[in-house]
Amino acid sequence: MAYTERVDGRKFDELRPMEAKAGVIPNADGSALVKAGKTTAYAAVYGPRELFPRFKQNPKTGIVRCHYGMMPFSGSGERIRPGNSRRSQEIAMVIEKSLNAMIDLSAFPNAVVDIYVDLPQTDAGTRCAAISAASIALADAGIPMKDMISSVAVGEVDGTVVADLCYDEEAYDAIVSDIPVAMTHNTKEITLLQMDGEISKEDLMKALEMASVATDKVYELQMKALKDKFAVRLEK
Amino acid sequence: MSNILKKEREVVIPGETIAEGMDYLPGDNTYREGEKIFSKVLGLVGVTGRVMKITPLSGPYIPMTGDKIIAKVFDITMSGWRFETNTAYSAMMNVKDASSRFIKRDEDLSKILAIGEYAVVKITKVTSQNLIDLTMKEPGLHSISGGRLVKINSQKVPRIIGKQGSMISLIKEKTGCNITVGQNGIVWIKGESEKELLAEKAVKMIEARSHEEGLTEKMGKFLTGGEQ
Repeated sequence: MAYTERVDGRKFDELRPMEAKAGVIPNADGSALVKAGKTTAYAAVYGPRELFPRFKQNPKTGIVRCHYGMMPFSGSGERIRPGNSRRSQEIAMVIEKSLNAMIDLSAFPNAVVDIYVDLPQTDAGTRCAAISAASIALADAGIPMKDMISSVAVGEVDGTVVADLCYDEEAYDAIVSDIPVAMTHNTKEITLLQMDGEISKEDLMKALEMASVATDKVYELQMKALKDKFAVRLEK
Repeated sequence: MSNILKKEREVVIPGETIAEGMDYLPGDNTYREGEKIFSKVLGLVGVTGRVMKITPLSGPYIPMTGDKIIAKVFDITMSGWRFETNTAYSAMMNVKDASSRFIKRDEDLSKILAIGEYAVVKITKVTSQNLIDLTMKEPGLHSISGGRLVKINSQKVPRIIGKQGSMISLIKEKTGCNITVGQNGIVWIKGESEKELLAEKAVKMIEARSHEEGLTEKMGKFLTGGEQ
């Protein structure tokens, strides 16, 4: 039986209802909130600031450090033990690498920019929401970047290519693949590509094409979030 | 064909195309790739002649030679003081730059500036690695005692000062406080305690509403009648 209708009634290339806002955490230098369906990501950026331990300092450029964390009762399954885990460490690393591609910290040697992403509510696609939120937060903090990075997951559920999978689709009782993708806006370069499950080569290409269109939609939202922050002030 | 794609003073985000064609040149916070000029930060578009630049709306303070800043002593070394500058980098001030009087070889440097004290200082040199040298020898530079310090975003400093210092002299006049604005976003206010509070409120308000036009007039009203 093929997958003809999605579990939440969306079109195959339709994203979950998304929301983005910049400047939500007053103490941070830059911050953002991204909601995608039932997934919520808060990102806070601090810095550039002095980097310790000192052996991590790079005299040629500043570095980016990332933290990713799901809150204890954020998922639909069991309580998640707070603090670092293998999973969160790996996700923090891939977020860091995908953002690093566009950040230019050459003017801040030996310094660090810290990104903290926390998720109070999750329903699949957390690393994508985290990257999209972190990108807004970095821009909000005034960090020089060559381009924005937008991220969304694509995949295949029982032979049908779909965009922005929710947890029920990831857990669908058939062959499922889940492919988080992060892309730059102007050049459409891929800065994150991971996969869970299996997919044929042709369908993978189809999925990536879908991701290219989907990340554009995310980009529109990111742009709006950043511009709205200043529009509000102009009106007052 | 070359043309500018954005209006003057329009808000742009990183990666947005601001101009096409080789007739325009990339200025501050922009870069060229192929024929196009892109923005590198979140900010406002500015065009001066053929040069496109972006004035950042947020972001860290970047130390520049000649800037007057307010910094805090956090260490004393053999040859001088180390300061926190509200950036990712610390700054050095040599003994010879501290005072115009003669400082003896075995003098206790903490008698001149103790750890934890703030001072109004000027940046004399910044290296490519952002090592900062300071001086306190010029008129208007001194250590700070009393009053209160307010931290604001350094990108808002020009707004606090205003055109030819109009905003800052307005606050000074209305509150009777002494105010020194460091380019690194630290503001020192000293006066009667209640007036200090009013001046602090005014500074915070300017920071929050820096995008509005006619802000100097609004602040004038706020400071005289308490009306917002």
